[in-house]
Amino acid sequence: MTTNAILQVIVFFAALLALVKPLGWYMARVYEGKPCGLDPLLGPLERAMYRLCGVRPTDEMDWKHYGVAMLCFNAAGLFFLYGLQRLQSLLPLNPANLGGVVPDLAFNTAVSFATNTNWQAYGGETTLSYLTQMLGLTVQNFVSAATGMAVLVALIRGLNRSTSTTLGNFWSDLVRSTLYILLPLALLLSVLLVSQGVVQTLDSYRTVTLLQPAGYDKTVTDATGQTVLDEQGKPKTEPAAIIEQIIAVGPAASQIAIKELGTNGGGFFNTNSAHPFENPTPLSNFLEALAIVLIPAAFCYTFGKMVGDTRQGWVILAAMTILLLCFIPIGLWAEQSGNPLLSDIGVDQQFEAGQAGGNMEGKELRFGIAQSSLWSAVTTAASNGSVNSMHDSYTPLGGLVPLFLMQFGEVVFGGVGSGLYGMIVFAIIAVFVSGLMVGRTPEYLGKKIEPYEMKMAALLILIMPIVVLGLTALAISTENGRSAILNPGPHGFSEVLYVYTSQGNNNGSAFAGLNANTPFYNLTGGIAMLISRFWLAIPILALAGSLARKKLVPIGPGTLPTHTPLFVVLLIGVVVMVGALTFLPALALGPIVEQLMMRG
Amino acid sequence: MKEHLRPALTMLLLMTVLTGVVYPLTVTGLAQLFFQEQANGSVIVREDKVIGSNLIGQYFDKPEYFWTRPSATTPFPYNAAASGGSNLGPANPVLIEAVKARVIALRAADPGNDVAIPVDLVTSSGSGLDPHISPAAAFYQLRRVARARGIEESVLRDLVAQHTQGRQLGVLGEPRVHVLLLNLALDERR
Repeated sequence: MTTNAILQVIVFFAALLALVKPLGWYMARVYEGKPCGLDPLLGPLERAMYRLCGVRPTDEMDWKHYGVAMLCFNAAGLFFLYGLQRLQSLLPLNPANLGGVVPDLAFNTAVSFATNTNWQAYGGETTLSYLTQMLGLTVQNFVSAATGMAVLVALIRGLNRSTSTTLGNFWSDLVRSTLYILLPLALLLSVLLVSQGVVQTLDSYRTVTLLQPAGYDKTVTDATGQTVLDEQGKPKTEPAAIIEQIIAVGPAASQIAIKELGTNGGGFFNTNSAHPFENPTPLSNFLEALAIVLIPAAFCYTFGKMVGDTRQGWVILAAMTILLLCFIPIGLWAEQSGNPLLSDIGVDQQFEAGQAGGNMEGKELRFGIAQSSLWSAVTTAASNGSVNSMHDSYTPLGGLVPLFLMQFGEVVFGGVGSGLYGMIVFAIIAVFVSGLMVGRTPEYLGKKIEPYEMKMAALLILIMPIVVLGLTALAISTENGRSAILNPGPHGFSEVLYVYTSQGNNNGSAFAGLNANTPFYNLTGGIAMLISRFWLAIPILALAGSLARKKLVPIGPGTLPTHTPLFVVLLIGVVVMVGALTFLPALALGPIVEQLMMRG
Repeated sequence: MKEHLRPALTMLLLMTVLTGVVYPLTVTGLAQLFFQEQANGSVIVREDKVIGSNLIGQYFDKPEYFWTRPSATTPFPYNAAASGGSNLGPANPVLIEAVKARVIALRAADPGNDVAIPVDLVTSSGSGLDPHISPAAAFYQLRRVARARGIEESVLRDLVAQHTQGRQLGVLGEPRVHVLLLNLALDERR
């Protein structure tokens, strides 16, 4: 690790922690319905939306109604996005004349965006029209994030209320999350990003004349578009010349801003935030990385504020931050050490004057090792999944970091809303485990934790591993699954484990060498995303409903305080224990064995 | 269930208008108003002709130009209509062979220069469109370019220094050389 890398990590966390309190405080005002400064501007719009939808924001819902409203809304979004992709060739704003998206890919992408996963089986500039990107992806970026936020707020109310049957109004939580939190932040961030060079235009792709025309070997195809093979069975090539470059542009900044803020992660371009038009400068990279964890971090403060004890929020934030800080140095070290196989053939990977060195395959020079490696940890700790470098080309340990961070169940910051509700479940498990140790009824924030709560919590930590490991096993044992692998050996296994870890945790990042755009992966991945999003959100709402019905019990001598450093340790212990016990065997078959093989 | 259907559909419609139309168009308007150049792709214009973008690299393979990093885009390198990385794992023999071939090509273009080659010059970038190389990678190529153009190495060294950007705000990112602008400056010296 270099001094500059350490400095960049410090600057990043300093900026993040400085923003937690102001934003967290603001969000608490928004959800408590108190004046927050933007009401004169947005209040009339908000009320008009309720009127048009025929809902009253003061109508309280019980957990079942809350859940059904959420499911109806998400289903409508999913079907709309599916239809939009299928029909995009007939619709306007398609300057590159892209065809309709094929059914399995359209299904996967629709699920991916409706579940806040934003897995990219599609290829941005080569698959989706401007209209699909705007009306489809950008919209789902907002509302899938707002859905996660709404479910979290319902859970917090459940913890907060005493002998109540209701959790608030889904429509109101959805609208307020979007209008007062996501939209203003996205507007601000997109303009900042444009200032750095992120494109935002409705013009068609640009053509430029190259300074130096170059030759290349063009693959020969026959009339049907099939590659022609030569006598040795290799693709036949012929010399061709490139004299111009067609540069894809588009309304990217508006989508990128919300893609980061809403922990979505689906790129405007194929290579996501590695693309210079999505992430042109080190400063844009800093802002985007900050945006990824901003709302999940600030929510910890919001949570503390809403339950009337901000220490409870800080404890959770501390656990998240410490966990992330444990993994960042591993990634930085592994990537900075470079690829030993390249040093043997005359490549200089040392850190020295004039170069940062390290494992640069799949990384952008302007980001170097520090910003790439930091990003890979941040984007997988939060369930964002956008990438600024190709994780598939990371060293084995460098790639293990993002993989393992996702396998914690996306609770180390996690998705907006979903990360914190996941972490609250781990807090409940932590008080339960400590309750068992001292033989007292566990309580969390004045609520008795009883068998029903533990059943819901157990569902949450069991479903994800079953989906991830089950589908990985299925893919590895079928030809359909294996044929998509790019890299040989244990790295190929890592690719498959990564794809289902990512989709099974609604992350969306990829070991992109795996050709995941096949019916097999599109369908199994789509199912993984649906299960992990909604089979977790629904038990959370059930948990919230059950907690709301309980009386608040006063703190007694037997209560385990959950605002202390000891509880931070307990919480980290439970998260690591569950994640490591579940996934270490699988990790041993992939990155760990690869590391041992590579280093000899 | 039924009572939630109408709000769900209307809400989706309203959100689509608000976040899918009003929001991106507002950003487009603001971007075009305040940052027109950046919003439209930071293009470089010479004699009324668009000859590149400040942010997108171009492919160079002639000895008289500084070379950019290898690019994994298909069907040809630096295809800015279809960005892509190689996604090759670190131990993949295909990667090792590709790097070997690049090392050989660089050495063949500059016989006698046997120092270890800066890693960025022989590894493909994430986007396949990386416009930059490290200062070390530029200095590595000085001798070849100087010989091909018949210029003093010291003159080139100054030119490289002029086109080197440090870390942004002194902390962020890595020092880098913009290859297209450097090569343009080389051509314009004539």
